Amino acid sequence: MTSYEIGVVLGMGAVTFGIRYSFFVLGDRVAFPAWVKRALRYVPVAVLTAIIVPMVLLPDGTHWQLGWRNAWLVGALTSGVMAWRRMPLLAAIGGGMAVYFIWRFALG
Amino acid sequence: MLLGAAPFGLIFGTLAAPSGLSAGGALAMSLIVFAGSSQFIALSLLASKASLFVVVLTTFVVNLRHALYSASLLPYVSNLNQRWRALLAFWLTDETYAVVLHRYGEDDASPQRHWYQLGSSLAMYGNWLAWTLVGVLLGASVPSLQHLGLEFAMAATFTGIVVPLLRSKPMIGAALVAAVVALLGRDLPYKLGLMLAAMAGVVAGMLLERMAASEVAS
Repeated sequence: MTSYEIGVVLGMGAVTFGIRYSFFVLGDRVAFPAWVKRALRYVPVAVLTAIIVPMVLLPDGTHWQLGWRNAWLVGALTSGVMAWRRMPLLAAIGGGMAVYFIWRFALG
Repeated sequence: MLLGAAPFGLIFGTLAAPSGLSAGGALAMSLIVFAGSSQFIALSLLASKASLFVVVLTTFVVNLRHALYSASLLPYVSNLNQRWRALLAFWLTDETYAVVLHRYGEDDASPQRHWYQLGSSLAMYGNWLAWTLVGVLLGASVPSLQHLGLEFAMAATFTGIVVPLLRSKPMIGAALVAAVVALLGRDLPYKLGLMLAAMAGVVAGMLLERMAASEVAS
């Protein structure tokens, strides 16, 4: 393990534990403002979308690939459609990966 | 619940090496951080050489929802001492919260039910560590797995989580704004674009929510 990795693991561990423990310590002395609760609902969607979209549209990190030959794009769309139809998460992941591998294989 | 977490522990372990996280680092992360979604996000950040600060800050934002769990479980732990509380807090994940809330909802009011939470926490913890280890070993013994494009598993997982949430206009707006800002800011150093995109998405969602509410009111 590098010192960078140790820093990452300890830093992540510290903030995660701090968050989980916060209210057990502070007790009822503090209340969550309503706007924070509302804001938190948008966090997963905002963070995950911000990670996925550049990954899928620019798989090499520099060049746009918006066509049907982009295995990342076609695979992610497959997962997205399956998830939208309320299929289980693992099925959506498996379906997207299958399409991704077929695309990579077929298009070399 | 245990079965559901297994493949994710496995995928996390397998993806660690291609993302540039050593085997020890992957196990330490499962051991010390123990928060599935933020561990996956950390992998994608490590792969793109994000700074330590951005990784930790992203973890903070992503795991902030656990404060809500902690707040809602408080009435059930108020009779316990701080050592017990710290122990239970360390293992407070999405899954444990769901299981435990269900159990505390039954009104038999057993004074021993914190043991129930401890038991279900330990089961999730052991399960997560074991599958991380299996994934790390699998990744190490089948090196060709790394060239298969397993990184895509992460994109598929995140897509599968996000899409079912996009059922209201504010949610869709939050996603669109986050996507556009992430694309515009993708070349900013240290992955700061990700943080900007996340914040812009949250603000957009809240503004749309407020607009919808005032339309109903008028």
